[in-house]
Amino acid sequence: MTTQAAELVRPKPATLSARIVAFISRAPVHIVLIIVALIWLVPSVGLLVTSFRPRPDIASSGWWETFSTLNFTIDNYDQVLSGADMGSSFLNSLFISIPATLLPLFIGALAAFAFSWISFPFRDTIFLAIVALMVVPIQMSLVPMLKLFQSLGANFFGDRTFITGSFGGIWLAHCAFALPFCIFLLRNFFITLPRDLIEAARVDGASNFRIFLRVVLPLSVPALASFAIFQFLWVWNDLLMSLVFVQEPNLLPMTVRISQVQSTYGVEWHLLSAGSFVLMAVPLIVFFSLQRFFVQGLLAGSVK
Amino acid sequence: MSSTAAPGSVVGGATPRRRLPGFTRRGGWQATLFIAPAVILLLGLLVYPVLWTIRLSFDTGRGLEPRKWVGLDNYQRLFTEDRRFLNLHEFPPQGALVNNVLWLVLYTGLCLGLGLLIAVLATRVRYEAIIKAIIFVPMAISAVAVGLIWKFVYSPDPDTGILNAIRTGIFGLDALPYLGREDTVNYSIIVAYVWASAGFAMVVLSAALKGISQEIIEAARTDGANEWAIFRRIQLPLLALPISVVTVWLMINVIKLFDIIYIMTLGGPNGKSQVIAYMMYDQTFQGGKGGYGSAIAVVMLLLIIPIMVFNIKRFRSQAIQG
Repeated sequence: MTTQAAELVRPKPATLSARIVAFISRAPVHIVLIIVALIWLVPSVGLLVTSFRPRPDIASSGWWETFSTLNFTIDNYDQVLSGADMGSSFLNSLFISIPATLLPLFIGALAAFAFSWISFPFRDTIFLAIVALMVVPIQMSLVPMLKLFQSLGANFFGDRTFITGSFGGIWLAHCAFALPFCIFLLRNFFITLPRDLIEAARVDGASNFRIFLRVVLPLSVPALASFAIFQFLWVWNDLLMSLVFVQEPNLLPMTVRISQVQSTYGVEWHLLSAGSFVLMAVPLIVFFSLQRFFVQGLLAGSVK
Repeated sequence: MSSTAAPGSVVGGATPRRRLPGFTRRGGWQATLFIAPAVILLLGLLVYPVLWTIRLSFDTGRGLEPRKWVGLDNYQRLFTEDRRFLNLHEFPPQGALVNNVLWLVLYTGLCLGLGLLIAVLATRVRYEAIIKAIIFVPMAISAVAVGLIWKFVYSPDPDTGILNAIRTGIFGLDALPYLGREDTVNYSIIVAYVWASAGFAMVVLSAALKGISQEIIEAARTDGANEWAIFRRIQLPLLALPISVVTVWLMINVIKLFDIIYIMTLGGPNGKSQVIAYMMYDQTFQGGKGGYGSAIAVVMLLLIIPIMVFNIKRFRSQAIQG
């Protein structure tokens, strides 16, 4: 059924006149596609070029005029990365994103294993209830979660801000929101694993936990990777949850920091442009290095 | 598309109904250990908060705590009195909810239309992979970055924003503050977000197009069908399912729309670009009106539920057919 792209491109006509006719009849297709590509490229190229221009140049002329002077600098990036605010917020983004990816991945995989390979009462009912939680928008639990973190902090650690003043709150919040989708995705993958393999491991006396670690997880790398990439990018790009759950200014991730720079300093485009590209660098690296998993992850996320 | 197609088995599906070999008395408590961390987190951080938010939506909720039970007052104010949320006294109607409808129509329509156009045209050229990568890449980046990229394009200063440079330099018109005018602000943000999301529609539809048997298309060509007829009569009907997948995704995106508004306009000018998710945040965390914000959150949930039910039903019927 699957047809490769190459087959859809019709074979080249043999004679010259036939080629000219084919070219002219194809011209509108090329024109439309090139216009579309330009509309998609120009905005980001504009900001990219700006991020390499000296600050006085940015204020006095448009980025398109730079091609006549070719006056570039990396000062803006230097300022963004070494500046106390932005540089540390880049690290904060990593400290938030990595645990907020691994935590739901592990907890979700454990549950998904039970839902696919251990039989217990009300199994499908509980699974369905968890899947149903995918409908809940973040806004439905922002306030109570915040209140809960504050009272847990006050009651167990003697400090209301213990959880929201650390990364704990944002990790837990992202984890809770990721779990329904994670369990749904992984369970649907786990049930496709060969039954014989798991039965054989059971006959050999392996415990459920051992089967999970040694058989199921190694065989499920594609699904685990798809979820991990989707979740990592989701957390990295998130603004709303960090606005609410990260209340210690030194711990703010890059998305929040950039939005603050923007509202405080107004049109500091030399900082904003370089900052945006630092923020974009991580997803772009993920995109170009793990494109296959990335697209799978995004498409899988379409049910979230 | 593997996993969008796979969720056919939302309930059971491929799972055998018969007893699994792992079923022993021990299995029961072992399963508890496996699902306990997830279930505890979900109960504590999702189920309980949802109930709490519903409870708070019937309260004034000042300072984000239950203070005074007010029944349905918040909802009544939302739909009848608050002109920032829904204003039917003017024509055309105004307000955050109306803006969401505008988004629903324009954003969903443009993403689908452009995604389909690019998917169909790109299969006919040799640089298909490059075009598709260019359109898809904005999907990877944060709405914060998308917002800034387009704020730069829309800048009212002709020495910064390329649109105003073209307006003033080539057409000799006055610079236009696209994001600062009530009549252009919504369309400007919609264009920016279509730029960011059309790649999703394109990838899904393009994958579906490739799945259509080439023999059918060749047979039609042999019978003398032109390219338009092939698209209209063969490809489009076979794309019905992927189009509905994309539409659902885009619609849910519209209801949850927040980041891009926060970055580009903060709902301004004069609250003209507010949407429900932004208003929920603004009322709750800027205004301290926990009850009112919670009522908006409940409205969001009520809007999402029918879309998700439709989604899950469709996956299930697909599983039965497939």
